[in-house]
Amino acid sequence: MTENKNSITILDYFGQMRDSDLWFSFTRSPVIVASACVTLLYLIVTIFAPLIAPHDPFDLASIDLLDASLPPFWMDDGELRFILGTDDQGRDILSTIIYGSRISLFVGFASVIFSLILGVGLGLISGYVGGRLDAFIMRVADVQLSFPAILIALLVDGLARTLLPREHHDEVALYVLVFAIGISGWVQYARTVRGQTLVEKGKEYVQAARVIGIRKWTILLRHILPNVTGPVLVIATIHLAIAIITEATLSFLGVGVPPTTPSLGTLIRIGNDFLFSGEWWITIFPGVALVLLVLAVNLLGDWLRDALNPKLR
Amino acid sequence: MSNLTLLQINNLEIEFPSRKSVLRAVDNVSLCLEKGDILGIVGESGAGKSTVGNALIGLLEPPGQMTKGEIFLDGNRIDNLSDSEKQKIRGKEIGMIFQDPLTSLNPLQTIENQLVETINLHLELGENDARQRAVELLDQVGIPDPDVRVKQYPHQFSGGMRQRVVVALALCAEPNLIIADEPTTALDVSIQAQILDLMRGLCKQKQVGMVIITHDMGVIADITDRVAVMYRGRLVEHGATEKILGNPDHPYTQSLISAVPRPDIKLIRFPQVTYIEDVAEKNTEFDITEHWLGKPREYEAAPGPLVELKNISMRFTTKPAFLRKNRIFLDAVNNVSLDIHEGEVFGLVGESGSGKSTVARIICGLYTPVSGAINFAGTELTALKKQSDLDPFRKQMQMIFQDPYSSLNPRMRVLDIVAEPILFHQLAETRREVEIIVKDLLEHVGLGAQSAVRYPHEFSGGQRQRISIARALATRPRFLICDEPTSALDVSIQAQILNLLKDLQEELGLTMLFISHDLPVIRQMCDRVGVMKDGFLCEMKETEVLFENPEHEYTQHLLNLMPRLEGLSLEGLDMQPQPNQK
Amino acid sequence: MLAFILKRLLQSVVVMLTVALIAFALFRYVGDPINNMVGQDTTLEERAELKERLGLNDPFIIQFYRFVRDASVGEFGLSYQHRRPVKELIAERLPATLELALVSAILALAIGIPMGVYTALKRYGFLSRTFMTISLVGVSLPTFLIGILLILFFGVILRWLPTFGRGDVVEIGWWTSGFLTASGLKSLIMPSITLALFQMTLIMRLVRAEMLEVLRADFIKFARARGLPTRAVHFRHALKNTLVPVITITGLQLGSIIAFAIITESVFQWPGMGLLFIQAIGEVDIPVMAAYLVLIAFFFVVINMVVDILYFVVDPRLRVDKALVNGQ
Repeated sequence: MTENKNSITILDYFGQMRDSDLWFSFTRSPVIVASACVTLLYLIVTIFAPLIAPHDPFDLASIDLLDASLPPFWMDDGELRFILGTDDQGRDILSTIIYGSRISLFVGFASVIFSLILGVGLGLISGYVGGRLDAFIMRVADVQLSFPAILIALLVDGLARTLLPREHHDEVALYVLVFAIGISGWVQYARTVRGQTLVEKGKEYVQAARVIGIRKWTILLRHILPNVTGPVLVIATIHLAIAIITEATLSFLGVGVPPTTPSLGTLIRIGNDFLFSGEWWITIFPGVALVLLVLAVNLLGDWLRDALNPKLR
Repeated sequence: MSNLTLLQINNLEIEFPSRKSVLRAVDNVSLCLEKGDILGIVGESGAGKSTVGNALIGLLEPPGQMTKGEIFLDGNRIDNLSDSEKQKIRGKEIGMIFQDPLTSLNPLQTIENQLVETINLHLELGENDARQRAVELLDQVGIPDPDVRVKQYPHQFSGGMRQRVVVALALCAEPNLIIADEPTTALDVSIQAQILDLMRGLCKQKQVGMVIITHDMGVIADITDRVAVMYRGRLVEHGATEKILGNPDHPYTQSLISAVPRPDIKLIRFPQVTYIEDVAEKNTEFDITEHWLGKPREYEAAPGPLVELKNISMRFTTKPAFLRKNRIFLDAVNNVSLDIHEGEVFGLVGESGSGKSTVARIICGLYTPVSGAINFAGTELTALKKQSDLDPFRKQMQMIFQDPYSSLNPRMRVLDIVAEPILFHQLAETRREVEIIVKDLLEHVGLGAQSAVRYPHEFSGGQRQRISIARALATRPRFLICDEPTSALDVSIQAQILNLLKDLQEELGLTMLFISHDLPVIRQMCDRVGVMKDGFLCEMKETEVLFENPEHEYTQHLLNLMPRLEGLSLEGLDMQPQPNQK
Repeated sequence: MLAFILKRLLQSVVVMLTVALIAFALFRYVGDPINNMVGQDTTLEERAELKERLGLNDPFIIQFYRFVRDASVGEFGLSYQHRRPVKELIAERLPATLELALVSAILALAIGIPMGVYTALKRYGFLSRTFMTISLVGVSLPTFLIGILLILFFGVILRWLPTFGRGDVVEIGWWTSGFLTASGLKSLIMPSITLALFQMTLIMRLVRAEMLEVLRADFIKFARARGLPTRAVHFRHALKNTLVPVITITGLQLGSIIAFAIITESVFQWPGMGLLFIQAIGEVDIPVMAAYLVLIAFFFVVINMVVDILYFVVDPRLRVDKALVNGQ
């Protein structure tokens, strides 16, 4: 009987979703639907990269230097085996892009999650507890906010680089990068969540819960947290785009992921050296892949922000 | 159309197309106004009264559009003018006053700049004359030291003063017609009276016509000459104010007037209002004594008063600073002592900032007082330090809040909202039992059990307030605090909620603390009343005695400001026999 | 107001000291300064003696004091990589970065702010929608990729513009300027566009959002109801109220431009501080890193101070005088 009831509520949820303004504004805009599809495509392709990629660019046995610097298949000398051509080592560009997107997306998601947990946690505490702790957290946030995120990520990464010997560094480089980008992004979450928490805290449903006797931390988690998720979702989406760009930038500058596990940024950097010799495809295709991904995520974030903002309706 | 006719509206129709349907906000409304007359447009939320006002001045919010009708000002048709022609009329011919004085003025410009800018736009005066006129206008609207204050910025004025500036701005180009959209709703009673006096005086003196849009029968009775009653976009009745209020023809007007709380008579119940889309009164009657809700509670009767406040004081830090001497404090409650006896309804009345809500929040433990003691049923609550020691008392006292839109967690289903106190205090054995209790409660407050699976946003304000009541009753409290429970509601819904609270109080033998700024409501609900001002308790008496013989100067002042509402129809009212009625 | 500025000044000093502490810790404890100064064949005694002579055995606080004292006059020691005083290196590179940043900032603000205002006022216009779409693409294009694309088109394919360096510069005292020669100006075009484009789109979007927010305010509706012409409502009332947030944005963006100069300089081999810094990170050239860090922090602190003071000029609510807030 309970099962039956539950299934009804789930159906209700779907019904509500179909009726909701969010779903309506989603289906109304083909650009947004396309962006969602592109993002989804990236996720699927990168998760199943070993199954989908035509070649394994890191399997040294399968790489043949004779295949080096082949152009895309539609140009003279191009081969259908390598749709988007090969790089100077004979690696298939399409496959390196797929594996590179995998690294880029991993770093992007991981650092967003890191920022989100840190920022939402500190924001909730700051807003709900208030007092000196709040003042301290917000002071730190203010100072950090006056420095651009990319600079902070660069510094953290540079610091780790100088602290760790090179051979160790390559092993943990990916996680250092996640930490560096994550730590540079928490302020946005913390400030928004703090502001929202202050608003929600003053609302009467929180006072009603206190009158019932519900304890502080339960109120924070059960009542306030669910009501601050809307803005957090918007920030997280936009932050994902920023994190992917930041990672690509750091890798492009040569301080990101090690060349053994290239991300899109690394691929662009490697290809940049061949730009002048006319082998543009080595750098342009990873660039296009990067922009397409970031653009799709940005479009989603932009739409989400407008759709969730009641004032804009 | 006579020579005196200033404004004539014929068959006005305004539609708001939305994605699902077209909402007809105003439907076939015809009105007229003579010079120097004040016309009130009254109605509850969603009646379309503000839309009429916006249409008059040509500022309909998109996507709203006028689909039919014509508007004449001084015999000239104005609704079909071009945008730039309409813009010339605005300010020059028609002045507008909005509800919220705090946001109506540009914060970055001095009052002088805003006045002079408007004067220069419409009148051919030199720069110096315009400045002179700005000062005169401020003087006319009753702002002291106008030549000094004209140089100041809006944030340097209080709310009431800002509304005076807004009035001055609306009048500065000598328009023939003023439209005031809820001009006093955001203000306190005493300031409200001043602003209304000012507006009426200026209208009569300058022979300016005024359309005043309001939900408040008190405002209508106070200053209008004629009144138009709107309901769901339609004009249901239109005529001289005395006639409409004293002898309404239309059943909607009748029910609306019968729902208005009277300052001068005490009702047993408000009449059942028929013209509302909210839920009806509770439909399934069950014998309350047999039921879980009505069963005698296991608490012992308190020896003395149930709630006793001894010398309670509370202060807030309004400007925090590192050094103690630099902090600025607000003494919200000053040495307040009162007691509330078992089974009575005790009222606290006062203007905003008087500290009445703070007292309520101190009693239920939301604030810790700086000094003083609170006794509940003989136990000193202020001496209890541990949360868990307070829990048994929290179960006995619950609270209903003012704002129905923020007092329910929007992310929780009604079932979970009402179940939360039951689960927290472990009042039921199984989940199933909890659900049955919740459904009974919802039934009892007139919502019906099926509402349990819905979310708060699916309900109207009055319905949400019923959910709040159900939640407050879920722990079977003996003491219920109602903090302005109806001040955000329309008058007919207010009447229903007040009826419900009265019924529950009687059935369940509740003790109640009822807080309101609205004296007539207090008179309907309370056995005894305390009057608060600036954190002090001025006077405390039996309700009827207080209303008939106020002793404290401030109480007399408040009672004087109270809208008289004389001449309101008494038809259908269930009056209490009054021993001292003359 | 004076109290406010003093408070801000104090905060700035705290921020600078914190950054200096990080820079000092980097300098003193990351890697061994002695190792970087002497050759492989130096004996242990010689090292110990050098350590003593340089005061590296003194208590932490004294060493930190010396660091701050030296840093405040720009003294950061010798670069490990270049074997030259850091002060000289920075002084050489500073003009290149500042000229690039200046041109980009002017470009970004002069185009970004009007576009933001325009897209807010003509929200549903065709041109606005086009701008908004282009700006989303702009936000999605990483700075380095913009640079690469520009190089590919205008440098490699069309061969119109130089792809690296500053071109010919003119020395004015210790300052070197690329503004005065044709090749200097030509070299400036692509890097400054690269640096400005991302900031421009960001500024435009932020200004638009703020402007829309203000346009919804009640006092705008009231101004319209008084018959004020649309122009006056938009520019006298709305725009001025948008100014406060726009100042913040501008301040932050100026900071960003200096930070993003690192990327642009790296793409175009622009001989500025950013390139110096990125090379220092690669080579673990700690004195250069420390100096760059302190200098950048100083720039940011100054920008923030200016922003705070501008607030006072624009917003009368901050100049609040309690005595004037009367009751009824």
